[in-house]
Amino acid sequence: MKLGLIFVRCIIATALLVVCLCARAAPSSTSIFSNKSTPAHELNDLSMFVLGITGLIFLGVSSLLVYAIVKFRARKGDTTEPPQVFGSMQIELSWTIIPILIIVVLFLTTARVLFSVQDAQKPKSALDVIVVGHQFWWEFRYPQYNVVTANELHLPVSSKEAPRPAFMKLTSADVMHSFWVPQLGGKTDVLPNRVNEMWMDPQETGLFVGQCAQFCGPEHAKMLLRVYVDTPEQFKAWIVSQQKAQAELMPLPGGPHRSAGETAPNLGNQGGVVNIATNKVPPNSPTTRGNVITSLGESQEISARTGQYVFEHEACISCHTVSGTVATGRYGPDLTHLMSRDTIASGVASNTKENLLNWIGDPNQIKPGSMMPAMHLSDTQNKQITAYLMTLK
Amino acid sequence: MGTDSIPAPHGIETGLDRTGPVSRPGTYLELIHSWIVTVDHKRLGILYICYALLFLLVAGSEAMLIRIQLFFPHNNFLSPYTFNRMFTMHGTTMVFLMGMPMLFGFGNYLVPLMIGARDMAFPRLNAFSFWISAFSGFLLYYSFIGGVGLYGTGSAPDVAWFAYAPLTERPFSPGHSTDYWAVAVLANGIGSIGTAINIIATVFCMRCKGMKLSRLPLLPWLYATTSFLVLVAVSPLTAAQAMLLIDRYLGGHFFDTQMGGSAILWAHFFWIFGHPEVYVLVLPAFAFANEIIPVFSRKAIFGYPAMVAASVGIGFISLGVWAHHMFTIGMTSFGNAFFTLSTMLVSIPTGIKTFNWLATLWGGKIRFAPPMLFAIAFLFQWVIAGLTGIMLSVSAWNWQLHNSYFVVAHFHYVLVGAIVFMVFAAIYFWYPKMTGRMLDERLGKWHFWLMVIGFHMTFDVMHFPGLLGMPRQIFTYEPDRGWTLLNQIVSVGGFIQAIAVLVLVYNLVHSYFRGAVAGPDPWDAWTLEWSTTSPPPAYNFVVDPVVASRRPLWDLKHPEDPDSAFE
Repeated sequence: MKLGLIFVRCIIATALLVVCLCARAAPSSTSIFSNKSTPAHELNDLSMFVLGITGLIFLGVSSLLVYAIVKFRARKGDTTEPPQVFGSMQIELSWTIIPILIIVVLFLTTARVLFSVQDAQKPKSALDVIVVGHQFWWEFRYPQYNVVTANELHLPVSSKEAPRPAFMKLTSADVMHSFWVPQLGGKTDVLPNRVNEMWMDPQETGLFVGQCAQFCGPEHAKMLLRVYVDTPEQFKAWIVSQQKAQAELMPLPGGPHRSAGETAPNLGNQGGVVNIATNKVPPNSPTTRGNVITSLGESQEISARTGQYVFEHEACISCHTVSGTVATGRYGPDLTHLMSRDTIASGVASNTKENLLNWIGDPNQIKPGSMMPAMHLSDTQNKQITAYLMTLK
Repeated sequence: MGTDSIPAPHGIETGLDRTGPVSRPGTYLELIHSWIVTVDHKRLGILYICYALLFLLVAGSEAMLIRIQLFFPHNNFLSPYTFNRMFTMHGTTMVFLMGMPMLFGFGNYLVPLMIGARDMAFPRLNAFSFWISAFSGFLLYYSFIGGVGLYGTGSAPDVAWFAYAPLTERPFSPGHSTDYWAVAVLANGIGSIGTAINIIATVFCMRCKGMKLSRLPLLPWLYATTSFLVLVAVSPLTAAQAMLLIDRYLGGHFFDTQMGGSAILWAHFFWIFGHPEVYVLVLPAFAFANEIIPVFSRKAIFGYPAMVAASVGIGFISLGVWAHHMFTIGMTSFGNAFFTLSTMLVSIPTGIKTFNWLATLWGGKIRFAPPMLFAIAFLFQWVIAGLTGIMLSVSAWNWQLHNSYFVVAHFHYVLVGAIVFMVFAAIYFWYPKMTGRMLDERLGKWHFWLMVIGFHMTFDVMHFPGLLGMPRQIFTYEPDRGWTLLNQIVSVGGFIQAIAVLVLVYNLVHSYFRGAVAGPDPWDAWTLEWSTTSPPPAYNFVVDPVVASRRPLWDLKHPEDPDSAFE
C-alpha cells in the first residue's frame, strides 16, 4: 500500500516534470511566463511569489499526509482500537493562526500589484487605442491618428527612456468578448454597453498572439488576436500608410479622378458618415453609378476596376468600409488597407489571393459560423472582387 | 417483506420488518408503481442517486466527445456548433443533473437515518422535489429534439453553462434552446429549494431523543449548512432565469445591452449563485469524508466543534466571494481587492478542515478499504485544488489565469478530484446499507487505481495549456501554440476515467446480485444508520433510538470506554 502511494506520487512528479519540459520546449508564443511588458512582468513576479508559497504549503501538507498514511496504517491481525483523541485547542489554534498570517502576506502582495497595474497613471506620451469586439473579429481604432483597422493591432515599442504605453478602451458591438495577449498582460473583458480600460507597454518588437478569452458564440475559437510591436519609426510609417484613403477607380461624372495611394486622410467613418476630404459632391452612389457605366456589371474582365464595381454594387458595402469610396459599412472589418494585413478572418487564414477568393466564395468553408454570408456571386465576380481587394494596400 | 421497503436482493433478511407477509408476490407493474408513488426517503434517495448516475454517464460521454475533438489541432470531428452544445450540456448536466441530485440523494437517504428519524420532515415535498428535478433533466435533454440554438443552428443549448448575457438574448440566440436551458434550470432550482427546506426542517426538528446539536453527526450538520446555502444561492439564479425569460418573451431589457441593459448584472446574478454552488456541492463531499475517514482510521473525528464551526464558516464566507469569477470584467481596483481578500479567507476554514482530517489519521490504525482509498486520494487532491484556488484568488494573476484551461483544471480538481472521488467513496461505504450486499473489493481497487491514474493524467496536465495561453470553450486550437501534446495526454486520461466509471457501474450491478452479504454494520462504524438492518425497513428503526454521545454505536461496542463519559 505504502509503496503504491509513493509510486503514484513519483509518477505524478515525473509527469509534471515532463510536462514542464514540454511546455518550455514548445514553440509557444502565448505562455503567461514569457512576458514582454510592464504589467505582464508585474503579474509574473507576483505569480512566482504565489507559486513559491503554495508550493511550500503543498510540500508540507502532503508530506505530513504521506507520513500519517504510512506510519499509522493498520498492521495485519491487529484488531484493537487506537486511543481515541477528540481534539486539541493549541494545535487547532496554530493551524488557524498560521494560515491567517500567510493570507495577510499574500493579500498585501497582491494588493500592491493590483493597484499599481490597475490604477496606473496615463502618461502624456500614451497611445490611445479603442478596441471593439465583434462576433468574431476585432476592430482597432487609433483616435489620435484617425486610423481604423481590424484584427491586427500595431503598437510602438516602449522603453524606459521613451515610454509609449498603449492605453486601450475596450467595448463590444454585440456580446461579451475578452482581449487576451498573454505575453503583454492579463485579459480584460470586452462588454457591450460598457467601456473597460487596460494598458500595456510592449518592450520588445515582434508579433504577439492571443485570442478572445470569453465564449462569444460559434466561432469563439477563431477570434484570434495579433499584436505587432513596431519600432517607433516603423509605427510612424505604418500610421502614415494607414491614413491614406483609397480612390474610386472609375472617373466619376463631375468628380475628380484620384489615383490609388494618393494621400487623403482616412477618417475612418466616424458616425457612419462618409467623410472624404475633398469637399466634392458625395462621390457617387451605387444607383447613379450603375446608370453611368452599366456595361461593367457583366464585364468578364478581371481587374481592380471591375472588382470595385462589383464590390460597390453587390451587398459588400453594407458591411465593409473602404475609406475614400462609397463603401462605408460598419458591420464588418474595415478593408481600406486589407493588403497591409498578414491574415484574414481574424487570424484564421493567411492573406493570400487564394484564401481571399475562397473566403469571398463561402466564408463558412473557412470559418463556420462566420457572420459574413456567402453572397452566391459568380466565379468571375469573386475573382473580380479579389482583384480589387488585392489593390487595397 | 413490506411493500414499502426497498426490495432486498435475494437472500437478505430485513429482520426487523414486522409487517405481515404479502399474500402473493408483487408484479413488476406494482413494483414500478410503488417506486413512482413512494414518499419513503430511502427510496427517493436511491432514485436520486440512480438518476444522477444516469446523467453522469450522459455528461461523461459528452466530455469524451469534447476530448476527441481536442485531440488534434484543427480537428473536424465535431462542428463548432456541436462542440458548443457538448460543453454547455456537459457543464449544465454535471452541476444540475449529476452533482446536486447525487448529493441530495445521499442526503435524503442518510440524514434521517443518522439522526434517528423515521423519514424526512415533509415526505410528500420530498417526492415532489425529486420528480420536478427529474422533469427538469428530461426537459433539458428534450432540447436535442425541440430546441434551436445560436443563430438558428442545430439544437440543444449552446451558450455555455454560465450563459453570459447578452449571448442568451433573442438577437443572438433565436430559437428555443436557450429557453429549454432557462426553464430546466429554473425547474431544477424549485426542486433543490424544496429539498433544502426539507433537510433543514428534518435536521432541526426530527432528531431522536438525546441528540443535541452538539451530538449531531457531522454529515447532517454539513447537509444543513449546504441546505441553507441552497436557499440563499439558488433563489437569485431562479430570479435571473425569470428575468431572462422576461427579456426573451415579454420585451424586458434586464440583460439586453442594446436597449441599455447590463451584461454585468447577469454575471453578478449568476455567480452569486455559482460560487456558493461550489460549496453546495463540496460540503456534502466533506460530509462523506467526515464520516468515512474516522471509521477507517478507527478514531473519533479530531476537533468536532472546530469542524462544525469551519463548515458553517465556509457557508457564510462563500456568500461573499462570488465576484472572484469577475476579476477581468472591469470592476474597480477596490472591488477586486475586496473579493481577493474574501476569497482568500475561505482558505482558513478549509485549512482547518484539512488539518483536522490529517489529525484524525494521525495515531489511528488506518484500514485501506475502497471507501478509504478514495478518501485518501480526495485529501491529496483537495489540497492541490485548494492551492490552485489560492492562485486564482490572487486577482492580479487571475487576469492571466481567468477563463483559461488552468481554471478548467482547477474546478475539475474540485468537482472530480474532491467531489466525485468522495461520491465514489460514499457509494462504496453506504452501498451495503442500501442493498444489503458489499461491493466487490477487487473491482473496487481496479476502479480506484484507474480513476486515480486517469484523473491525474487529465487534470494535472490540463493546468499547463492554460498557463500557455489556451482559453476555455474553444472548439479547436492553433497547431503552433505548443498545446497539442498536452491536450492529447488530457484526452487519453479522460478515457481512462471513463473506463474506471464503467468498472464502477459493472460493480454496482454485479454486486447487487452476487455481492457478499453485508449484515447491518460491515465497517464496524459508529453512527445510527449502522444500528438498523441493511437495507433498513421502511420505518428505519423498530424502536426510536436514544443517544448519549456523538458515536452511539461506539458506546454500545465499548461500554468500558464510552464517548458519553467525556461529554
